[in-house]
Amino acid sequence: MEAASTAQTRRGAEAISLRAPRRRWGEALIKGLLVLAAIISVLTTTGIVVSLLEETINFFQEVPIGDYLFGTEWTPLFNPPSYGVLPLVLATFIISLIGMAVAIPLGLGAAIYLSEYARPAVRKTVKPILELLAGVPTIVFGYFALTFFTPEILRGLFGNEVQIFNGLSAGIIVGFLIIPTIASISEDAMTAVPAALREGAFGLGGSKLQVTLRVVFPAALSGIVASIVLGLSRAVGETMVVLIAAGQQPQWGANVFKPMETMTTFIGATGKGDISTGSLEYKTIFAVGMTLFVITLIMNLFSIRFVRKYRQVYE
Amino acid sequence: MSAHGEAVATPAEAVGRPTPSRRVKDLAFRVALLGCIGLAFLMLGVLLWDVVSDGIDRLNFDFITSFASTSADQAGIEGALMGTIWLMGVCAFFIIPVGVATAIYLEEYADNTRWYNRLIEVNIQNLAAVPSIVYGILGLAFLVRGPLSLGPVVLAGGLTLGLLVLPVVIIAGREAIRAVPPSIREGSMALGATQWQTIWRQVLPAAIPGIATGVILALSRAIGETAPLIVIGTPVFVAFNPDGLDSSFTAMPIQIFDWISRPSNDVNNYLPLAAAGILLLMIVLLCMNAVAIWLRNRYEQKW
Repeated sequence: MEAASTAQTRRGAEAISLRAPRRRWGEALIKGLLVLAAIISVLTTTGIVVSLLEETINFFQEVPIGDYLFGTEWTPLFNPPSYGVLPLVLATFIISLIGMAVAIPLGLGAAIYLSEYARPAVRKTVKPILELLAGVPTIVFGYFALTFFTPEILRGLFGNEVQIFNGLSAGIIVGFLIIPTIASISEDAMTAVPAALREGAFGLGGSKLQVTLRVVFPAALSGIVASIVLGLSRAVGETMVVLIAAGQQPQWGANVFKPMETMTTFIGATGKGDISTGSLEYKTIFAVGMTLFVITLIMNLFSIRFVRKYRQVYE
Repeated sequence: MSAHGEAVATPAEAVGRPTPSRRVKDLAFRVALLGCIGLAFLMLGVLLWDVVSDGIDRLNFDFITSFASTSADQAGIEGALMGTIWLMGVCAFFIIPVGVATAIYLEEYADNTRWYNRLIEVNIQNLAAVPSIVYGILGLAFLVRGPLSLGPVVLAGGLTLGLLVLPVVIIAGREAIRAVPPSIREGSMALGATQWQTIWRQVLPAAIPGIATGVILALSRAIGETAPLIVIGTPVFVAFNPDGLDSSFTAMPIQIFDWISRPSNDVNNYLPLAAAGILLLMIVLLCMNAVAIWLRNRYEQKW
């Protein structure tokens, strides 16, 4: 302050404002530290890719890549072992598809109701409850699937043909788990559709149903697609529900009343045991993890792209 | 619905009143939508009822102050509860500085037209959606074994969970910082403050409620995560409390998972224990969320 006031009396106010600012090393240092923090997130991704890639390459030196990608028998603990990943991938997708069959209609229904029909007061109470559903740890859903949903609901409907560990129960419960994901992103996308579009459609004599389904829904489609893809990615990566409720026996088939082993189940169940570093068993975790990571990465990038698209149009 | 129809339909013959069939369709659609929400809520309700009715008898003081035991009658959750508290401490210690610093960088310094800043952004969005079990593999390969070789200790578990929920803090922090209006920054700069002085004394204090909410949400996600802890090899049967960062530990979700997967019989029925553990976990979660909501309402600023 003092330096500034003496300078002012000496050279006048304009001279100060035009003078190049003093280089502030403290500011530069702080910026450097912030950049370092931001780099940690990039390093996390790099760490994931490097750790997965390294052991996956080691794995493929012992198991031919063709046998892994196209084999239909997954028996790593048998003698001789077989490492065909397709049963795990198939089970993952069957359970995810069952989940999506539950989550897409329920999630989109909730989103449409909240965005187009609900009064503000209703919206204010319904949204936090949906958030509560999103906050329940997945192990709780697993417990519910195993101890209530399978014995009480599924066996009640289909009889004892339903085994205690089965893909159907896991799939349906995974579906409930991802309802909030689909509902909240879709609702954001529909809320972002400008009111002028709705008013124009009403002005042309459209009913609420027509305006919702033929104007708002298509206008928000990219956001809705993004939410569905993200939901699918969560279903594919979900571990605890399938580990607890779907059992740990690989199945090359689509009998949803029987146990199914998914990619995440295998990683979880194998990681639970004390396995030695460098063993083939240790490497299988990484190979299956890599498969899972690549599948979810593709879906995530796809979804990020779509979200950006709807944001660009209306915001 | 019909209010809209009538309000705009000045020439009645041009637009027409809603026909009965159209009204029925509208009503059916509305009922179907309500049914969707109702079904989701019903599921949540049954789930809560199921857990409460299974576990309420076991949830008492003895349960919280007993250690793991092979006998279901005597088993408790103390070791796992303390383990979880330690994990959350490590996790918070990691995610608060790193998450907030990243959020400040991205909102206040980063030039969005540069490819590397966009890369950081897409990277964080993707990390937020990477399956949690993959973080377990990362922790296993880098923290527990491999370069750091910490073993399955408190520090390794806390950092694994920290990396997993870091994107939550970053995303919430960015939103909180973005909500501070530019006029505050301009005013501060015009008075001669440097950029960092502006951030530290004006922007951050105004953004703290939003950041704190984000941190609590991140921790409440971390507290229930089971899969990554399984993969890093967290031991199940731990009959002591952790006493440091390099101490062996177990955590509540791991203990619950163990009780669920043990074969239960009439002598040793572990399922009520699992339900009681879940209840305790949900009570802790509910308290954390209540604090987050209170923070948001108490300190929310409208500019």
